[in-house]
Amino acid sequence: MIKNYGQRYTFPIMVWLTVFFVIPFSIILVGSFLEKGLYGGFEPAFSIEAYKALMSDTMRKVTLNTIFISVATTVLTVLLALPTAYHIARSPYKEKLLFLVIIPFWTNFLIRIFAWIAVLGNNGLVNNFFVNIGIFNSPVQLLYNKWAIILIMIYTSLPFAILPLYAVIEKFDFSLLEAARDLGATKSQSMFKILIPLILPGISTAVLFTFIPAFGNFAIPDIVGGTDVRMLGNIINERLKTARNWPSAAAISMILTTISVVMVLLFNRIISSKERKIGGNI
Amino acid sequence: MIGGTVKVHNVSKNFGTTQVLKDIKLEINAGEFFSLLGPSGCGKTTLLRIIAGFEIPTSGDILLDNESVINKAPNERHVNTIFQNYALFPHLTVFENVAFSLRLKKIDKNIIKSRVAEYVNLVRLQEHINKYPAQLSGGQRQRVSIARALINEPRVLLLDEPLSALDAKLRQDLLMELDRIHDIIGITFIYVTHDQEEAMSVSDRIAVMQEGNLLQVGTPFEIYESPADMFVADFIGASNNIEGKVIEVTENRAYIETPDIGRITVDLDKKLKASDHIKVTLRPEKIHISKKAPSLDSPKWNCISGKVDQMVYTGSHTRFIIKTEHGRVFKTFKQHAQYFTDEEPIQWEDNVYMWWHADDSFIVEVNGNR
Repeated sequence: MIKNYGQRYTFPIMVWLTVFFVIPFSIILVGSFLEKGLYGGFEPAFSIEAYKALMSDTMRKVTLNTIFISVATTVLTVLLALPTAYHIARSPYKEKLLFLVIIPFWTNFLIRIFAWIAVLGNNGLVNNFFVNIGIFNSPVQLLYNKWAIILIMIYTSLPFAILPLYAVIEKFDFSLLEAARDLGATKSQSMFKILIPLILPGISTAVLFTFIPAFGNFAIPDIVGGTDVRMLGNIINERLKTARNWPSAAAISMILTTISVVMVLLFNRIISSKERKIGGNI
Repeated sequence: MIGGTVKVHNVSKNFGTTQVLKDIKLEINAGEFFSLLGPSGCGKTTLLRIIAGFEIPTSGDILLDNESVINKAPNERHVNTIFQNYALFPHLTVFENVAFSLRLKKIDKNIIKSRVAEYVNLVRLQEHINKYPAQLSGGQRQRVSIARALINEPRVLLLDEPLSALDAKLRQDLLMELDRIHDIIGITFIYVTHDQEEAMSVSDRIAVMQEGNLLQVGTPFEIYESPADMFVADFIGASNNIEGKVIEVTENRAYIETPDIGRITVDLDKKLKASDHIKVTLRPEKIHISKKAPSLDSPKWNCISGKVDQMVYTGSHTRFIIKTEHGRVFKTFKQHAQYFTDEEPIQWEDNVYMWWHADDSFIVEVNGNR
């Protein structure tokens, strides 16, 4: 008779997930089907008003914007992080370079965003430089658009993409690349046919670590997005604090969560169909 | 198919301030099974990697079929490498691993299929063709890497200690397998190893290397029977080294005075004159051993006596370590050619006679020169 010890060992994590995930999630889910209170909060009466209100052009535009910004951020971040992580992993100075990747975490997140305003603003470093050397006649508006958001999101998520990629590349057996070259592959063929398929798990971690925070982000679009570009996170923030419409905020949160989960599942499916059975270490 | 020739032209290689290859000159013939033999750190793997194109020499040139390949990338050279750790692609099956280079060339699928089948059969892995490397044993993995390299039809196959990760029995089997494949395919093999028995058993010629120098190039017989210096003598097989001073040189032999075993006589393998200081190697199997004093018919025999210090019974033969009166140690062995011998068997601490013919020793160095 084999006792099922597994369940006993997983008990603490079950408690953790229940307290910090299942219960809050249920509150939001239930709240999204209630009526709004006069000064915020919920009225205990069933209503699908909050979801009906989502069928607006503004909401559709914001949702598409959010998807565009977070997908673009994710793609560009991973494309930048891959070669960076590769060179760090093969460098004789990897400890020092990794340290440089981690240094930005010592500064507060908001301060780092405001630092970008000092760089990109009308009186910022970039504009001053180009005006001074005479390429621009007057400062160009670099902030308060989609691309400013994407740029700063890439900046904040790069370490989260570099670190998991570094972890897999560091363990990669580089003699496989020599073998591929020996068998007639060019440099780029050996990268795409050997390195990339073998570090897919790290790529998938990097994608999720970038996509999920970007998708739910509200601080960056709030500070550098101006009035034109808003993301779902901004709308939730506004419904909760300005409009005091908690059921609406909860409903949008549900949409955000659903899209995130669908994206993650879709992506995992693509990855796992490519990731063949390797069946252990060699 | 006939393999390519390889010429190593005055190749030197520095890593930082250490010189790992010192002006290596070497010519490898078409179709040869050529071994680079030496202890670890002697530069043999670096030389192989230079031929493959993974390392660029500090100076010198590599000619493949009389054409310089020094400026060509590894994928542009008609050589392929078998790696020590196999370097199989873990995400591809045996079929896909072997097909890798053909798929790069965008060859027709049906042709690829039949070519892969041909080479997988050559290394006898037909029933494993759809398995992943992790599902194979070490010996099977190495055979996959052999098929994967050979399917390119390289002019030269480079083997970087391909058997060192395998156990002794499997090593022997795979070595014979390599020899068989070499006979079938007929291309040039350059085989790097630190195992002298491996190199001796399959090679046409061997290059012995030490600390970045090429000490000797020759057939296994030449290297064993007439080593170029004492390092080669000690590295290839077991050797009893005798040093002494030449007393007298006659028409066909010389008399040597040694500090520990008295006066001996040697054949004139090299030119000698009186008072030369020489070093001689004497292989264990050249020494006869018995408890009875031998009756020697010619002055060309040397005979000394000693006490059995150690004996190791190995089944086919017994190895002896014999200590002479002056504490000099000799290695020898006795073949068990008969089940019962008329002689009384030699026991531990017995006094024994050892004798050998002057022709059977070899003068390695004269006055410190080769």
